[in-house]
Order: sequence, then structure tokens, then C-alpha cells
Amino acid sequence: MRKSDLFILYLGTLSGLLLLSLVDAGNRSHLATQQLAETRREVRALELTDLSLFTEARYTRHLSQSDRHTPFQDHPLALEHFPSGSLVAPPTLLRSGR
Amino acid sequence: MEPIQLHQVKKAFNQGRPNEFWAIRGVDLTIQPHRATVLKGPSGSGKTTLLSMIGCLSRPTSGRITRGEQLLSGLPERFMTEIRRRTFGFIFQQFNLIKGLSVLENVMLPAYPLGPDHAQLSRSALELLHQFGLGTKAESRVEWLSGGEAQRTAICRALINDPEILIADEPTANLDSRLSREFMAIVDGLKQTGKTILLTSHDPVVFDSPVVDRVVEMSDGQIMDPSCC
Amino acid sequence: MKAFIRKQRYLIDFTLSSLLRRPGKNLGLLVVYSLIVFLLASVMLFTHALRSEARLVLADSPEIILQRMVAGRHDLIPGSYLEKMGRIRGVIGKHGRLWGYFYDPAVQANYTLMVPRDRQLAEDEAVIGAAIARTRGVSRGDFLTFRSTDGNAYSFRVSAILASDSELVSADLILVSEQRFRTFFGIPEGYYTDLVLNVRNPKELRKVAEKLTLRLPDTRPILRDEILRTYDAIFNWRQGIVFVLLTGTILAFVIFAWDKASGLSAEERREIGILKAIGWETSDVIRMKFWEGAIISLSAFLLGYLTAYGHVFYANAGLFEPVLKGWSVLYPEFRLTPFIDGLQLATLFFFTVFPYTVATIVPIWRAAITDPDTVMR
Ligand SMILES: Nc1ncnc2c1ncn2[C@@H]1O[C@H](COP(=O)(O)OP(=O)(O)OP(=O)(O)O)[C@@H](O)[C@H]1O
Ligand SMILES: [Mg+2]
Repeated sequence: MRKSDLFILYLGTLSGLLLLSLVDAGNRSHLATQQLAETRREVRALELTDLSLFTEARYTRHLSQSDRHTPFQDHPLALEHFPSGSLVAPPTLLRSGR
Repeated sequence: MEPIQLHQVKKAFNQGRPNEFWAIRGVDLTIQPHRATVLKGPSGSGKTTLLSMIGCLSRPTSGRITRGEQLLSGLPERFMTEIRRRTFGFIFQQFNLIKGLSVLENVMLPAYPLGPDHAQLSRSALELLHQFGLGTKAESRVEWLSGGEAQRTAICRALINDPEILIADEPTANLDSRLSREFMAIVDGLKQTGKTILLTSHDPVVFDSPVVDRVVEMSDGQIMDPSCC
Repeated sequence: MKAFIRKQRYLIDFTLSSLLRRPGKNLGLLVVYSLIVFLLASVMLFTHALRSEARLVLADSPEIILQRMVAGRHDLIPGSYLEKMGRIRGVIGKHGRLWGYFYDPAVQANYTLMVPRDRQLAEDEAVIGAAIARTRGVSRGDFLTFRSTDGNAYSFRVSAILASDSELVSADLILVSEQRFRTFFGIPEGYYTDLVLNVRNPKELRKVAEKLTLRLPDTRPILRDEILRTYDAIFNWRQGIVFVLLTGTILAFVIFAWDKASGLSAEERREIGILKAIGWETSDVIRMKFWEGAIISLSAFLLGYLTAYGHVFYANAGLFEPVLKGWSVLYPEFRLTPFIDGLQLATLFFFTVFPYTVATIVPIWRAAITDPDTVMR
């Protein structure tokens, strides 16, 4: 077999997989709508405001509710609260200079 | 087929600079088709320079090279490449095979830009290799070849596009006398098939060979005995 | 056309043969390159998916939350504020919300205690998030005992565990009755953590918020819009230590790749000379080099992206978990829904394939336009 044949085969396979990944993403997000709707219902029922991703400290748990004196708001780019401090963007409020 | 004619061809290196050097100083020459011509002369006399101008590898500083109606000198690069590809086959002194590639790939290389059918191309390359006794070496890497095999590979590569003119610069410099004689036998065979052959050489095996129709002597960028042309 | 394709295939043949001459070096390059694309793509896919999911899920958050500020700090808000604000056009419902944090020394985790409005709980009853159940090793019917601020220990019977499908928002929740919440935290009757206002028409939100700040100057309204925007800005892939760390790696790679791609060795120069002497045009040589750059960078893009997809959406972004988890004891177990942004993918493609290919081609210009007669000597 020619090298270019192998290459075309290889490139074709990878591109096919890329397409497949897009199809898979479409499929799975379609399948997940049910579960997302469930979560959304819970958010509405319990009146939740935040993701429970950063539970390590009070001021990181409810980012959208935090006081203006919390570390994130005092110094938006400070990295002192690793890792949340480095992953979370400063509030739009501060960045827009309002 | 028409002869190649050179009119007052001159070639300067580093023109306009202090180290300007005129390697060819006015050459008039006619190269007859279907003949074997040898350029002979001391080192530095300009044989290689002249050969590369005839083979469209470089351009003369002044003068004209023509083949029948067609002008070979002073063409834009694209056309020079085109002519080189269709008309000339080169055998270099160091063979200049591309390392790491197989013998077959090396032989097929000059045809790549033309984009011929792959099966057909590899068939004719294999045929050539068989013809030159390299059939079993087709898949070997070129760096494993002996000097003689390498040269025959280079000859196959020069022939793959079926050129009318074969150009070889010092083809026997890296070979012993037995292989040199074998080479001249190959040249003879090629001449029989109607190729025009142009060589340079220091080697008596070459220029004393009965295969050679004509010896042109060069010295200091000029042809020694212009009467012969 | 046919001849063109055949020619490209010959050029690919040649390029592959010549790449395979230094298999270790080129394979190493490909692996490192793919790894970088993998990291970039992982960050990209992960943050985009998380952002999309947050936006979807939090779209049903309360429209307005009203916090009372005392000396610049969030403070309890009296229920009387509900009357004090008066009737505001557009507000279709208002009530107090009770929630707070509790630090559990037993597992060194922070919980969010909350009084649900959608269910009635008995005094000693609690509904807990799945992450708490996991961390404390409790299941339905078990008891949880916490020591409150007044020094008393209170026991809760776990009557239910919140669906683990919604862990992303509920991992650390403990739902308790209002009565127990007040005694546990010592919050007097008539006080709330904050107030929730329901507004039907989103266009009226701004107006309502303006009125609120006028009528209740010591409060701060938080609009749903702001919540959504907070989570839009969060995980912006440009943010964060992942990218900062990556920058160094990327720079190192760029230097390495540039050197590799743009540096032409004497041998390569000679090869170009040979190719030209035997009838290749300058453009053929450049096309051949284009394929060399394209083969490596395209492979790296595809391999990197595909492994990143597997990593983020099939292996639950295992590499990022420690980074996201940080000091958190409670970490939600969630399977991200793959949302893929075509534009992002195209950007990744462009920035991984284009520069490398250009870097391979550019130096060839200079080498390829030299006269081919140099190979004669
Ligand atoms: N690129 C160049 N720049 C400057 N001088 C050059 C260049 N190429 C060739 N020359 C000079 O031109 C002269 C002729 O060189 P050429 O290679 O044609 O000689 P030659 O007859 O082939 O010699 P030899 O038998 O040793 O191969 C030499 O003096 C050489 O130094
Ligand atoms: Mg010479």
C-alpha cells in the first residue's frame, strides 16, 4: 500500500472521529435535556443561585451572592484563593468600572 | 532532433564584486544529437559550469544557447524547469541520491511533479531497475548501495522521464576502472537507443573509449581547438 | 484536476518518506504537539460545557434577590421590609429566604443549610445533597448530629437524598425545617437571610431594582441577569491558572517548533537543490513543505482534540478535577453535557494548524529560489 493511501486513510479516520464527536455531542446534549430540566426544576423549587463547585469557603460557595468585601471583589485578579481565585473571573460589575 | 548551439556564451561569478571571476569566456559550440560528446580539460577550466548552463541549471551571463528554434538561455525559472524536466537527465558526480528513501522512490522522484499514474510510473521505474541489474534492490535504502549500484540508480533516475539528452559530470570519478568500463558500455547502449550524451571527464577510460564520438578540450573557460566545431 | 490530485499524492508520499527518516524526532514532535493541543482543547471544551450548563440550569434562578447591607456586609433582613417596599409594579410574588453556612468539623466541610419552600419538613428531618451523603457515608434513615452556635447538639434524620443528577447545584445542600433552622442558628422570628422577588416580565427588572434601591436604601438587589453573567464570565477559558501555566509550555513549544520548522539544515538545503536539479519547480518544493507542516499540525490538532473530547466528556475531565476541587471537601460528581462551540473549534484549528504550517513554508522560500546548479559541485 502506498504511503499516501495510508495517510489518507488515517486522516479520514481521524476526521470521521471528529465528525462522530460532534454527532455524539449533539446526541448526548439531546439526551441530557431531560436531566437538565430536572436540575432546572430543582433550581427553581429551591431558589438556588449558584453552582456547588467551590465549597471550600463561604465566600466561594455563592459567587453571585457574595459581599462586596469578599476577596474576589476587593482584588479581582488576586490569586490568593487557590484554586477558585485563579479560575473565577472578576465580577462584570468591577470590570465594567461601574 | 536539432543540435544544441552555443553562441559566445560567457559566465561570470560574483559579477560586479571584487572577486568577480569569468569561468566561461566566450564559447561557441554545437552538440550533435545522438552522439556522445566529452568535455575534457584541466580542473577549473569551466567544464561543470558549461554543463550546467547547457542543462538549464543556470543561466549564461551573456551569449545564447539554442536548440533548433528554441532558446534555452535567459528563460524564466518556470520554463527552465520545464525544459530541464522534459529534455535533460542528469547524472551527478556524487550521484546525489536522496538518503533515507528507497532505490525505487529515488528513481521515481523526477516524475512526481508531472503527476503520472502511480502504477504505470512504478512499473516503468522497476523496468529500468531490472534493465540495469538492480531489480532486487528496489526496496533497499540508497545509503546501503555500493558505488556502482548507486551510479546505476542515478542513471535510472536520469532516464525515468525519458529525456533526449543525458548529462553526466565526471561520471566515473568515484568508480574503479572495471566499473568505468561498464559505465561506458551503458553509455553505448543508451546511444544506440538514440539518446544524446554529454559528459565531462578526466578519465582516459572515458575519452579514449570508442563509444565517444567527439572530445572537446577546454582550458580557462575557452575551447582549445575551435576549428573542430 | 486528476493530475493535480495525483501530484499532491506523490508529494505526500515523498513527505512521509522523508519524515519517516527521523521517526523518533518527528514522532516526539507530534506527541508533544498533540499534548499541547489536548490541554488547550480540554480547557476549552470543559469551560465551554460548564458555562453552557450553568447558563441553562441557572436560567430559573430567582429574578431578584434583595440583600440587606449593614456596614458594607451582608446582614439579616427583617421580614417587615416586604411591606416596607410597598407595591411595586411587575412584582408578582415576594418572600423571605433562609439559608446559611455550616462548617462540619467532623469532615472539615462547608455545608449550605437551607429552608425549602417546596416541601414541609419535620423538625428533626433533613434532606441532604448527594456529596454530603457520600462524604459522611450516610443514607436514608441515618442520623446526622451537628453542634449549633448555642452549644447544643441537634440530630437530624436523613429523610431523603437529593437526586445525584442535579449534584452540580445541590451537592452540599442540607434542607431543614424553618423552625429548626431558626433555633439552630439563633435567628429570631421575622428575620430572613435575604428576600426573593418574582417578576414576570424581564423588561421590568431594571425598573423594579431601581425602585427597590430608592425605597430601601440599605439593600442591594441582585438580578438573575447578574447571576447568569457571573457564570458566563466564570471559566472563561482565558482566565485561570490552567492557561497561565499553559502559556509557558506553549511558548516553549513555539520556540521549539519554530526552530524545528524554520531551521533548514545543510542537508535539507542540498536535498532541495537535488530536487530542483532533477526537475522539481520551486512551487513543488514549497508544496512538499506545506504538506510536511500540514501533516504534522493537522495530526496534532485531530489527535489532541479527540483525546480532549474523550477526556472531558468520557473521563469526566479527570485531569481538571484536582484543580477545580482545590480545598473543597465536597465536590459534586457530575457528568458534563457536551456542548461544543463550532467557532471555538475553528479557532483552535486555525491557531494550531496555520502557524506551524507557515513556519515550515517560510524558510523554504529562501532556499528554494537559489539556483539548482549548486548540486553540481
Ligand atoms: N559559484 C561560484 N562562485 C565563484 N566561482 C565559481 C563558482 N562556481 C565555479 N567557480 C569557479 O569557476 C571555475 C570553473 O569551475 P568548474 O567547476 O566549471 O571547473 P571544472 O572544469 O568542472 O573543474 P573540475 O575538473 O575540477 O571539476 C573554477 O575556477 C571555480 O572556482
Ligand atoms: Mg567539475
